[in-house]
Amino acid sequence: MKIGLILRPVMIAILLALVLRPEWFVPIFAPFAPDGGPVIYQRTSMLSLSLSHLGIVTLASAAATIVAVALAILVTRPAGAAFRPLSRTITNMGQTFPPVAVLALAVPALGFGAGPTLMALFLYGLLPIFENAVTALTSLPRATMEAARGIGLSRWQRLLRVELPLALPVTLTGIRLSIVIALGTATIGSTVAARTLGEVIIAGLLTNNTAYVLQGGLIVGLFAVLIYDALVQLELYLTKRMGG
Amino acid sequence: MKGIRTHLSPPGLLFAILGLASLLAPFMTLAANRIVAGDGIVAWRISGHAITVPGVAAVIIGLAMGLAAGWARLRFLGAVLGLAGLLWLLSQSAPILLSQAGEYARVSPAAGFWCLFVIFMLLMADALAALKPGPLLRGVLLVAILFALALVLSSGLLSDLSVLQEFASRRVAFFTEFQRHLGLAFGSLAAAALIGFPLGILCHHRAALKGVTLPVLSFLQTIPSLAMFGLMIPILGLVGNIVPGAQEIGIAGIGFAPAFLALVLYSLLPVVGNTVAGLASTPPAALEAARGMGMTRRQRLLRVELPLGLPIILTGLRIVLVQNIGLAVIAGLIGGGGFGTFVFQGLNQTATDLILLGALPTVVLALTAAIVMDILVELTRHHTEETA
Repeated sequence: MKIGLILRPVMIAILLALVLRPEWFVPIFAPFAPDGGPVIYQRTSMLSLSLSHLGIVTLASAAATIVAVALAILVTRPAGAAFRPLSRTITNMGQTFPPVAVLALAVPALGFGAGPTLMALFLYGLLPIFENAVTALTSLPRATMEAARGIGLSRWQRLLRVELPLALPVTLTGIRLSIVIALGTATIGSTVAARTLGEVIIAGLLTNNTAYVLQGGLIVGLFAVLIYDALVQLELYLTKRMGG
Repeated sequence: MKGIRTHLSPPGLLFAILGLASLLAPFMTLAANRIVAGDGIVAWRISGHAITVPGVAAVIIGLAMGLAAGWARLRFLGAVLGLAGLLWLLSQSAPILLSQAGEYARVSPAAGFWCLFVIFMLLMADALAALKPGPLLRGVLLVAILFALALVLSSGLLSDLSVLQEFASRRVAFFTEFQRHLGLAFGSLAAAALIGFPLGILCHHRAALKGVTLPVLSFLQTIPSLAMFGLMIPILGLVGNIVPGAQEIGIAGIGFAPAFLALVLYSLLPVVGNTVAGLASTPPAALEAARGMGMTRRQRLLRVELPLGLPIILTGLRIVLVQNIGLAVIAGLIGGGGFGTFVFQGLNQTATDLILLGALPTVVLALTAAIVMDILVELTRHHTEETA
């Protein structure tokens, strides 16, 4: 954990510098640029690409979380139980669909731009959240559920005050998986003309400018690692608070 | 009301409603050439009654058969009938639609077809889940489905469809990229296994090593694929320039090598993590017994811990294989080959069928790999349960 205390602020500082002051990195990236070619991606500011990238991921993941948790609540009620085997099949098989393929298949249906990326991120993001939420809601401690019934809580009260709070840590793991996949898939989204940080990497690949690839790759990589780390810390904190 | 509800399958009802709605959506698209957007045509207008009536009837009867709760075999047959109806409609109407249009015209299945196709596949899966077939029967079923798919594709029934016309004009390239894709996915799996198994066994014995290795590997896994593939380029470019002879064996900034290395890095976490988890899953009683019998540490590992942990270790390989088949698509962006080549060419040219030519085989490959690995995991689990 000690390493984290030093590494975390350093990585945040590097990421902020890469996004806000990319020109500081000219000496580092220069050896990778083609002779006389540009070293730093100038077409758009890194800040606006980062905001657009994170915006797409946030929007898709938020929508996926709401829908997936709602569906998980439905199939874990007696009335929706008939759909549980089907939903398990869909999550198992759906997660074998490569995210890139989902993105590519969304293009014929929705055209180019942010639309197919949002759609692919949303659809793909549903699966891990749904899977974890169902697991969490079906493996609640029996004694706690009995107690909740015993003190006379209604079905709604049990759901809101007992089941959902207890299911939160495991559901959050699903949300973290989903966000990590979304960050990566959004990067590829720039191949279908969504405005994301992948644009910098793709521009580098198309013009053989490894400096761009390095610049974009470092920003995306740092974002992913730091967001993943923040979500892990949040889960640990919540699990601790629940006395788990 | 209650009497009816007990005989209707709720998922079947959902499929029937969605399926009938999908029949109202365009079933096929007729376009003037391979780039422009085409006009959608609904199922009962794609050609004469002699073709549409039996096809649409098969779809509707198939959906109706899916309604019967508790009759899993009937529901399964309903799915097969529905799929046959879709195949009939597609294969019979495509040549007729083409003959009425221009020289460069293309016909392709549209949203209505794809929705119905997915619905019938889900109906089949839902019926199968109720039948609970054993691993061997599932294997037979998978082979039968793949065989039927190969038969339909090679029979030329669907060769008028746009995707298959793209295939026909790229036959050689398709099989080269197919091999490349398999090489990337399976090659990186093999390399990851060679590194990951020993590393996992070491981690199992040394908690300190485990404490460092697993977090580092899970951070590697979070790095977005495009960034990972991209970052391999300067690294391998450097290696190729510095190490003499490296370029001769294909280690260079772009191409197969960076893609392969990126896939290996992604594969390490599931291999190492599941090896550790598998070895740790040995029941303490079994270990005690092994110790009591005077087995050395090496014997315990080979005869007790590894065999008992095999299902979990294989699950790790399943994750890696499915993940790598998908991620290998990204190799297409850095000149590493594979089906991604078609996907990204198609995206560049806005040629939908070229995208499909890359994406559909990838999906089939990933699904097949997942099902085969699931069967293997289940077989080893049965085996360990019997011997334990």
